[in-house]
This record gives sequence, structure tokens and C-alpha cells, in this order.
Amino acid sequence: MSNAPGLPLPAGRSGALIRADFFQRFLAFGALIVLILFFQVWCVAIGTNFLTFENLVNILVATAVVGVLALGETFVIITGGIDLSVGTVLTISMVMTAVCITSQHLPVPVGILVGFLTGGLMGLINGVLVAHLKLAPFIATLGILNVARGLSLVLTQTRPIYFAGDNGFQSGVMGNLFGVKLSGEFGIPIIAILMFAAALFAAFLLGKTVLGRYTFALGSNEEAARLSGVNVAKWKMLVYVVCGLFAGLAGVLSAARLGSAQPATGFGLELSAISAVVIGGTSLSGGEGTILGTVIGAFIVYVLTYGLQFVNVPQEWQIVVTGIVVIGAVYIDNLRRRQRA
Amino acid sequence: MAEPLLEMSGIEKHFPGVQALVDCHFDLFPGEVHALVGENGAGKSTLMKILDGVYERDSGVIKLKGSEVDIPNTATAQRLGISMIHQELNLMPHLTVAQNIFIGREPQGRLPFVLDERALNENAAALFEKLRLHLDPRKRVSALTVAQQQMVEIAKALSFNASVLIMDEPTAALTDKEIDELFRITRQLRGEGVGIVHISHRLQELKQISDRVTVMRDGHVINTVATADATVEQIISMMVGRTIFEAAPEVPEVTNPEVVLEVRNLNRGRAIRDVSFSVHRGEIVGIAGLVGAGRTEVARAVFGADPIDSGEILIHGKKVKISGPIDAVHHGIGYLSEDRKRYGLALGLNVETNVVMASLQRFVGRLGIVRSGLTRVAAERQVQNLAIKTPSLSQRVRNLSGGTQQKVVVAKWLTADTEILFFDEPTRGIDVGAKSEIYQLLNALAHEGKAIVMISSDLPEILRMSHRIIVMCEGRVTGELTAAEANQEKIMTFATQREAAA
Repeated sequence: MSNAPGLPLPAGRSGALIRADFFQRFLAFGALIVLILFFQVWCVAIGTNFLTFENLVNILVATAVVGVLALGETFVIITGGIDLSVGTVLTISMVMTAVCITSQHLPVPVGILVGFLTGGLMGLINGVLVAHLKLAPFIATLGILNVARGLSLVLTQTRPIYFAGDNGFQSGVMGNLFGVKLSGEFGIPIIAILMFAAALFAAFLLGKTVLGRYTFALGSNEEAARLSGVNVAKWKMLVYVVCGLFAGLAGVLSAARLGSAQPATGFGLELSAISAVVIGGTSLSGGEGTILGTVIGAFIVYVLTYGLQFVNVPQEWQIVVTGIVVIGAVYIDNLRRRQRA
Repeated sequence: MAEPLLEMSGIEKHFPGVQALVDCHFDLFPGEVHALVGENGAGKSTLMKILDGVYERDSGVIKLKGSEVDIPNTATAQRLGISMIHQELNLMPHLTVAQNIFIGREPQGRLPFVLDERALNENAAALFEKLRLHLDPRKRVSALTVAQQQMVEIAKALSFNASVLIMDEPTAALTDKEIDELFRITRQLRGEGVGIVHISHRLQELKQISDRVTVMRDGHVINTVATADATVEQIISMMVGRTIFEAAPEVPEVTNPEVVLEVRNLNRGRAIRDVSFSVHRGEIVGIAGLVGAGRTEVARAVFGADPIDSGEILIHGKKVKISGPIDAVHHGIGYLSEDRKRYGLALGLNVETNVVMASLQRFVGRLGIVRSGLTRVAAERQVQNLAIKTPSLSQRVRNLSGGTQQKVVVAKWLTADTEILFFDEPTRGIDVGAKSEIYQLLNALAHEGKAIVMISSDLPEILRMSHRIIVMCEGRVTGELTAAEANQEKIMTFATQREAAA
């Protein structure tokens, strides 16, 4: 515990912390493996195979959008807040991208940028409401959820906007890495690479930057941070901006994936994102969480959804199971916390 | 001591409904420990929070090293070299020691916003070396003891190169040994020319550590004296505005020897070992012992808050089974926790709601609707009965003083018709004036025939209040003394009577 002053610090002396972290990662990761094996056994029993390259690619593609959405949500939840608007912020970003590229005939990169920044702008509004006007995050972001949802319908006149022909956008996002097909039509999907890149960036932001440090500080003890001279309002606002930007990125990816902007898509995805974050071990009471956990959490959600689909469980039951899994994850998190205390 | 480091004069502060500070003067010299004392609500913390930029003054002048300054926020205070360690420790439990110390001014690498974790830990280690502290900068704060967390706070305060260090009740949660360590560091800093403000309730320790004492009362600075020139009694009388005599023990004869509560051979792990005792009607039984002797554990076990391994509990001679607080309340047992803010009160709710909290079932009419007319009458009666100082029944308990809050907890249990009351450290955190009121209340309750068990670490308090004293050590009862035969030495002998090596 004690360390002779002045001597070089032994690496990883904080053993308890590392062990707890390791356990947390192992728990979620272990659950993911168990889940995959579970579906494999089920598939073998009904005479098919779950562990195929196609399925892997499908799961990667299916996870990517909500995975990116959950990255931003992780920051907000670590501060002890919640952002319910990410689903419909995704929608409005998707719509803005589509509007720019189709009816405004702007170049694709501009459309992507506008979609991305739309997310950031919505995040900024959330941030101002929560950090400066001191509204409860739940209520403020619930309001923005509906604002974004309504605006999306207004902008599209409630009709989907389809991209006419290939403009390089869809194929750029949905294609295979280097155009290489590894098995049939399937290669490594670029959208998955983009998600992993976004995750790496998020992990860097959370673990290595001032913003990340204050994200944890706010969730751990906001008053202490304030009394230490941290500009709490500013950093909290930025956390919501970051969350909005990730939602914007998810919107752009979603537009590419669907080849269109669907004004009704997105609503409800906030719950999948929050599930992924919580399953990944981030505490809803704030102060702790990891990006790796969130990524694993997102995969758990989508392996579950995809797996149940694959073995022909009716969709309504898939929803029930997903709900139970979230409750289970929170309960396990609770148990672990109690043990540590 | 030529020029004061700090001078506050004519400081006024008004909160809605309260004039918190009236024309306050305070000064501090370099290399001085200046104690600030006063009852709860006297304005000590408010005055210091103005210095630290938590509150802004309404009027008055603050001079630092001779020049006038304005301190609108904490960041400014830090820049000016003023640091405050608040009563509630303000650390982030999920972050490491070093991360806590440098929060808000993390060393950054070549790229802006990117943290330099190595420099962070090295800076913290260097700081600890200077203070001769043994702490691991990489350890999570949640894994530290309260005393270690306090050291982190001090290190953090000093990392701003503070020339003024304010400590608000730094010793409240520390053991004697830890207090010694704190005082060692305090003296070291004083030697280095830091001006230290030490806010405390423990008057004895001021004699050990301070050079001057300033007494506050009702938002006024009453007087500033050299510590060596004042006796503790003089300081107390300045604090309360009247002379308090250490009253002779009020121990009325117990006339009715009926046993109300009897505990036989209670066991729970290593915390409670074969504990037996009884309490009579109208009797106050004190449980003395050192921290960790198992006193609170016994109270919680009898109250059903923790499960027991074995043992019997008899009420009026009849064996009862208590498997949870619901049973205990049903059998007329009330427990007043040492941490009343956490376990005794719903701070955000009003007086009336708190008073009827443990007996709400009785005020429920048909259809499960609470009959607010009845609860108001019941609460009104307790407010008068116990002389609870509250502007109204709808006052939030959070806004009441410590002593008044304690009375609200008592009112809660009286409303629930309890006849056995466990008081766990009933005067902790309560100022001198209110203490004697709590004592009167305990005596009055005993007089009415309640059976009272009082746990206290304050030996004079135990001696003054108890008819009988049970002493515990390491989970066992090591001695029992009548009021007549008890004295501090005997209690301490029992309290340190450890089990012979088996």
C-alpha cells in the first residue's frame, strides 16, 4: 500500500483495481462467448450451423450502428446522466445527410459532415439544457427525443428519402474491406471497421484525455469536481456534445446501410444503446465504465437478437428476452458492487 | 508577526430568511494555527466558505497580504493560494489518489487535452515525499481509510501552494493516532509559514494545536484570544453566551425494578460474543467501550437490523423472536442510529412526515389513505412535548440543526409507542448548548418509564447519564458497573481487557 517516496513507482501496484476491471471485462466477454456457444448448440440440434462467416459478418453489420450509438451513450452514463435522445438524433442526422445529398445535390462528403454535425448540434442542445439550465437529463433528453423525431418527419414530409443510384456513399460504407470477398459475397465489412475505429477513438477520449478524466470525475462526485475548480457545466455540456456526435456518426452509417433516410427508424434504438452500455458493465450511478465493455455489450445484444432470429424464435419473443437480459445484467452489476463494498 | 497574511473585515452574508454573518472580522498570520469555534449554525463554515469562494459575501473587505481581493469562485481562491478542506470529504472515489489531487489541472502531454499520467503520478509522489506521507498515488480513493482520504485532501490543498489552509472539522472522523498524524502535518506546515484555520467542535484539541482562538455565535465574531490565555470553560461560555456548569450527574433512583428487556447469550460471528444484559423500566444503561468493541452491533442485533447466530431476547420476561426491524418496532423497540442523517431521518421530507414515519400504519384510514389530520395532531404534540425548535411542521428536516434533528428522531420513536430505546452516540455532532437539552430529554424519558440503552464513546457523558454501565471489548461484555462505583479509570480498564491469548 505504501510506497517509498521518490522511488520509481512499481507498475500496476493498484492490484485490486486491475483485478476488478479484469473481472468486469471477463464477465461480459465470457457471457458473449457462452451466448455464441449456446446458439451453436441450438443450431446443431436443429441441423444447421451458427458459427459461419456469413453469420459473423451479418452480426458485425447489425451491431455497427447501435455500437457507435452506445459509444457516446457510455460517456453520458459515466457522468451519472442519461441520453434518451440518441435514437432519434440518429434519425435526424440520417435525414439531414439524405436531404443534402439528394434534394440539395451537395457532394457526398458535405452530406456526411452535415449529418455528423447535426448530431453534435442536438447534443449541444441537450448539453445546454442539462449542464446550464440544470434540467434533469432524463426529462431534457426525452424532450429532445421528440423534437428530433418530429423534425425528422417534417423534413422528410413523413416519407423515406432514397438515394438515387450509387453515389459511392453506400458502397463506401457497406462494401468489403479493400473490396476483397472472402467467402461468397462476404468480406470484412467496412462499416464494422468504422465502428471499431470509432471505438478506439472513444477509448482514447475516455482514457487518455482531460475530457475522459472529467467524465469520470463528474460521475464519481460532481460537487468535489466543482470545488476543485473544474468547470463542471462546460465539461458536462461537452460530454453531451460528444454523445450527439457519435449519434450523428451512427446516423450517417445508418443512412448508408439502409440506402435511404427512414424517418421512422431510430426511435427505440436508444434503449438498445443503453442496454449495450449497461450490459458492458458501466454503472448507471456513474463513475465507472469502459468502452471495451460497451462494445462487448453491443455484441451481446445483437448476437442475442440475430441468434434468436436465426433459430426462428418469433420477433415478439426476441424483444422479451432482450428485456430480461438487461435486467439480469443490472442485477449482476448490483451483486458485484455489493461484494466490493 | 508583523503583517497579517489575511484580513477579513465587516463581512456580511444573508441567506433567504437568515442573516448568516454580521460584521465579521477575522485575521490570520503566516505560520499560525488559528482555531475557529462555535456552535452549529454559528457561521464558522459560512465565513470560511466566503474565503474559499463557495459563497460570495454581501459586503465587507478581504485583504490578502495587504491587498484587497475578490473571491467569486473556488478557482480564484486556489489561484490566490487559499485552500479549504470541507467537512464532508470532497473526493472522487472512483479515481486514483493522484487523479484526485490534480483534478482540474492535469499535466498534459505534447498534444493538448491528452493526459500525461506518468507526470501526474510523479508529481503526487513528490508531494507525498515533501509531506512525509506514505500513500500510493495509483490507488483508488475508495480503497483508502477515512484518515488516508483526509491526507489526500490535505496533499491536494497544498499542491496549490496554499498559503492559507482551512480545515473544517478535520478530526471528526479520526482515531487518536490519526489525529496525532494530522497534527504532525499541521505543525510541519505551520513551521513552513502556512496560515492554518482549524474549525473544530473538540475544544480539548484546540489547546494542543492552536495559537489563537476565535469564537463565533449567531453569525457574530464574539472574540479572538490567544489559546494559552483562555480556559476551555471560558471558550465554552463565549460560545453559548452563558456560563455552563458541568452539572453533577443526574441519576435519580430507580424505584421500579421491573425488567423490560433482557438479552441472553447473544452471538454473531466475532462481532458479538456471548453478550447478556438487562434493562429495567425507567433506567438508562450506558454501553461503554472503544470504537469497534461491538456496541453498535449489539444494538443493531437486538433491533433485528442484523441477523444473529444464537441468543435470546426477552421483553417483559417473554421470549420474542425478532427477525427484522418490523418485529422490533412491533415489540416496542426503537433504535436511534449514530448516523441519523443516513439511517434516522428522511432529510428532504418535513418534520411531520418524519415524526410519523415509524407508525404510519396507525394513521391510515380506509382505502389506505393517510389521515393527515391525525398525523398533524400527533406531530404537533411531539413538537411541544420535546420542545422541537422548528418554524413549522412542514419545515424540511435538512434545514434544522443537529440537536433538533436528533429530537425529531426521538419524536418518531415516541410516536411509535416504543418503550425500549437504543441511543447510539446521541450527542455526536451536536453542539454544546444542544447537548444538555438532549441529556434532559433522556432523563425525562427515563422518568416516564422508558427503558433506555445509551451507547457513547464520550466517557463523561456515560458517567453523567447512566444508572448502570456495561463495558464491552472485542465483542464481549467485560464489565458492569453501577453509577456509584463507576469512574473513567475503571471503565477504561474493562474497555481494554482483551481476551487472554488462548
